[in-house]
Amino acid sequence: MVTASLAALLAACAAPQGSVVLLPEAGGRDSAVVVSQGGQEVVLGQPYAGAKLTSTGPQKYSSNAAEVQAQFGAAMAALPSRPAQFTLYFVEGRDEFTDASKKSIDSLFAEIASRPVPDVLVVGHTDKVGGDAANDVLSRQRAEVVRRALIARGIAPENVVAIGRGKREPVVPTADGVAEARNRRVEILVR
Amino acid sequence: MNFVSLSCRRSLLAGIITAAAACAGLATAAAAAEIGQIKVCKGLVTVDRKGQALEGSIGLRLETADVVKTGADGSVGITMSDNSLLSAGPNSILALERFDFDPTTSQGRFDAQLQRGTLAVISGRIAKQSPQAMTLRTPSAALAVRGTEFVVSANE
Repeated sequence: MVTASLAALLAACAAPQGSVVLLPEAGGRDSAVVVSQGGQEVVLGQPYAGAKLTSTGPQKYSSNAAEVQAQFGAAMAALPSRPAQFTLYFVEGRDEFTDASKKSIDSLFAEIASRPVPDVLVVGHTDKVGGDAANDVLSRQRAEVVRRALIARGIAPENVVAIGRGKREPVVPTADGVAEARNRRVEILVR
Repeated sequence: MNFVSLSCRRSLLAGIITAAAACAGLATAAAAAEIGQIKVCKGLVTVDRKGQALEGSIGLRLETADVVKTGADGSVGITMSDNSLLSAGPNSILALERFDFDPTTSQGRFDAQLQRGTLAVISGRIAKQSPQAMTLRTPSAALAVRGTEFVVSANE
């Protein structure tokens, strides 16, 4: 009798309160989740490493793709598209695209059009030729060129924000005054 | 803009409620308060905000302390402003407890709680910048998110 109720109690205590499974990484980046429960900790560091949450602490186990799909399929199917990043380049000192970047506009627009509620952030940059004030204006103009091009193609204005960062964030570090084509750019984040 | 077509339930009533909620949101929500946006929405989805239940809809912008709930036929996908992606399956309750993010430095803090249901997560810039900065809790456990893709269930 005592044994039976103790067993029932233990079973109730061990009933899962949930689970956690680490998924494989698309980019192969370092990935881990540390699960803490009741003063105990387990580290999930391999694809499909799992932890069952129980009242006696997290219990490690090995999951797999089929099991994850069965339990989490509906949640995973609702994941939004991953944010997409584009970079367009400009002619020195101007707010005019290079010829190569004129063509990239099409793929940028296709990406935006594929999303039901696109949210676009356009960030303009310059190289280090010229003063801060002039470059702030130029970077802003470059971002606005992209914003206007997207609006002209039917993207709702309230979904496109354009800002300029001047020459503060070069991708290629240079001394002041150096013309560098790769820094004359607009970065576009599509979400 | 046609809000009716954006409604998750695609019923006229839901569309009207959604339109009303969206209009109220436009009038009151400051841009700075926005932390994320519903990108995917199926079935019944509601967002509890300051004591009000808003009908969830594609495009709805989310704020700190919002609690997102899905019904038995519901699922919802959210993109946060640090590029974190969260999606909840049916019968789920997800509280967006805290979200601070500096887009220039990627510094910030993201705390959320899955009170019930299932959730898929792809962590974003906050967790990438500082491995201590993103915590997801369930009623019984805390997950420190070093990155990047995982699923979690609670009290199903």
